Amino acid sequence: MKRPFMLSVGMATLAGLMLADALPAEAGPRAFVSNERDHTMSVVDMDTLKVIETIKTGRRPRGIIASPDGKLIYLCASDDNRVEVYDAATLKLVKTLRSGPDPELFVLHPSGNPLYIANEDDNMVTVVNVENNDLIVEIPVGVEPEGMGISPDGKFMVNTSETTNMAHVVDTATNEIIENILVDSRPRIAEFSKDGKQLWISAEVGGTVAVVDPATWKIIKKISFKIPGVTDDAIQPVGVRITKDGSKAFVALGPANRVAVIDAKTLEVEKYLLVGQRVWQLGFTPDEKFLVTTNGNSNDISIIDVAEEKVTKSVTVGRAPWGVVVVP
Amino acid sequence: MRWMASAAGAVLIAAACATSPARAQDATPAAPAPATPSSPPLAAKPAAPIPPEQTFKIGVVRQMPVPPPWIAPLQMPPDDLGIAGAELGIRDNLTSGRFLKLDYKLTPEIVPTDGDPLPAVQKLVEAGNNFILLDVPAEQLVKIADAFKDSGVIFVNVGAADDRLRQKDCRANVFHVAPSRAMLADALAQFLVTKRWRNWFLMVGRTDADKLYAEAVRRSAKKFGGKIVAEKEWDYGPDARATAQSEVPRGTQVGEYDILIVADELGEFGDILPYNTWLARPIAGTQGLMPLSWHPTMENWGASQLQSRFFKQSKRLMQPLDFQMWEGVFAIGSASLKTRSSDPAKVKAQMLAPDYDLPVFKGVAASFRGWDHQLRQPILLTHATNTVTLSPQAGFLHQSSPLDTLGFDRPESACTFQ
Repeated sequence: MKRPFMLSVGMATLAGLMLADALPAEAGPRAFVSNERDHTMSVVDMDTLKVIETIKTGRRPRGIIASPDGKLIYLCASDDNRVEVYDAATLKLVKTLRSGPDPELFVLHPSGNPLYIANEDDNMVTVVNVENNDLIVEIPVGVEPEGMGISPDGKFMVNTSETTNMAHVVDTATNEIIENILVDSRPRIAEFSKDGKQLWISAEVGGTVAVVDPATWKIIKKISFKIPGVTDDAIQPVGVRITKDGSKAFVALGPANRVAVIDAKTLEVEKYLLVGQRVWQLGFTPDEKFLVTTNGNSNDISIIDVAEEKVTKSVTVGRAPWGVVVVP
Repeated sequence: MRWMASAAGAVLIAAACATSPARAQDATPAAPAPATPSSPPLAAKPAAPIPPEQTFKIGVVRQMPVPPPWIAPLQMPPDDLGIAGAELGIRDNLTSGRFLKLDYKLTPEIVPTDGDPLPAVQKLVEAGNNFILLDVPAEQLVKIADAFKDSGVIFVNVGAADDRLRQKDCRANVFHVAPSRAMLADALAQFLVTKRWRNWFLMVGRTDADKLYAEAVRRSAKKFGGKIVAEKEWDYGPDARATAQSEVPRGTQVGEYDILIVADELGEFGDILPYNTWLARPIAGTQGLMPLSWHPTMENWGASQLQSRFFKQSKRLMQPLDFQMWEGVFAIGSASLKTRSSDPAKVKAQMLAPDYDLPVFKGVAASFRGWDHQLRQPILLTHATNTVTLSPQAGFLHQSSPLDTLGFDRPESACTFQ
């Protein structure tokens, strides 16, 4: 597949030259992994499962997402208080965006703009126009805002605040909080299903995942986890990903070193897949054949075959891999 | 517990804060959460009918401790020690509670070392404070708890580590967020046993508190298989700094041992032992490798966020007493989000409810033991510039919670709430 460019002609030529050097033009999908403790981003070729590049980033890179077309990678450099934007093809830093203090996680509006950023140190969600870096608004939320989700129609943005133990639902038209959902301790991630009919919220210390009906913003079910030989304390749900067809959900369980596979219709846990240590965030390949997990304490990523529900490989990346996004 | 500081750490955090663009905004001391002009009204459309606004009036009584005979420059206690933590707890509660129309107010009372804290408590109770944090000596705490037995007021012990307050002198109207000496000593013992440093030389100071600390160490040795191979009482006076190099080698010739455990809560001599002992041995206990509820070097599990919030508020590092007071206020705040009522009986019931868990930035949730109202929580083992590990250590198993391997488990409890 040819990789398209969205750069100026001059830069594209330059980038093309570098690309010819660094990446084969027919390269397959690639995973971008933020490594919190060595301030780098690993680029993994998903066909060969090899690290093809390690990019030096700002300090303490954590949240990582891609633009809807997969051409840009957005990265939170938490200790540098900025969002860095990389070209997914040339792997070069394109620009930096304002983020407010200590950005941890963020979400793009489905249209690709604006960017909603959780400021963990500041009890705010900062909304930034990614085109011109303008600050649109700061929305006061609870203590230690972290998880960021957006409904597929872009109408609702959901932020979880870890110490307040709430998910705040924001109407994106008015940027006002319209609902506060009390969940279990330390909510980390808010993730909508593709049809917008479910909102999943993981609670790391509470050890549960709340599934919310966005029609009423009421919790339909709290999913809890039991793993033989693992203490309840070690079961700490963080990353959540749901397949596009809404059939399966995957939940990373932190120091339990497992990913739970959940039937997203019945909301029953089906099995647990053993991955690396302190599994944190998850990312599908664009075709959803594979799910990539970041394992913070074993410094690697695990590759899960989604159809087989099996871990097929692990790949060593940088120190304390935190987040992951895979682009075509 | 001792007050420790790391100047290097302070500089680092200060530097990090200086680069933050929102620093000026964050520096506003009074406002719980600065709101921008464009910010929307809060709690615009509540989920369920919310009862009328509830105010949680929280008092703090801190009796100043006996000052040590000397204070090393790095260990100078700040004027607002502890109280600053309670203030941050109020801020955090307000940030969360405003979504549910819950309000929190803090009233601190400072009592001199030789004063009586009871009138201060009386004053707070009369002013309608239904929740009172206490940092007072154990005997005062018991007196206060008994005097206000029928008042409905909930007391939270944020300072006293005395084991007896969790055992025979436990009270139904008192919760303990300060770890007991038994918890601290157990946390240390688990680590030493894990390291196979089983032979301990115990050096005990001259105060009653030191003797209680030593007693807890002996109990932990028995519990986890440590062996006290030598024991000495410190008898070189309150300030032996000038003669340490000659006196400590002589005083520590006790034969072979793996580690010297020091019981010196006041800080009279513990810090002059390292590098002055006869044998090259590490030191732990009240100095050296210390079991603590908190330390400025703690940064995992989101701890760095709490450290950073505290630093922004108080422009200094967060000490164990600051953390314990924050925990005390936060424990009430967490319960309040569920009760949405400031009725202390309801809050107390929620604090003891099976689904109550308190995320205290130490990896696993804390909660209160029903049998003695002690907060079960991980304990840090730290030296001046690094948190080495947290106990419970891996492998110390328990049928319900590994946290109950620290301190008095249900079968060991001598508490019968009167």
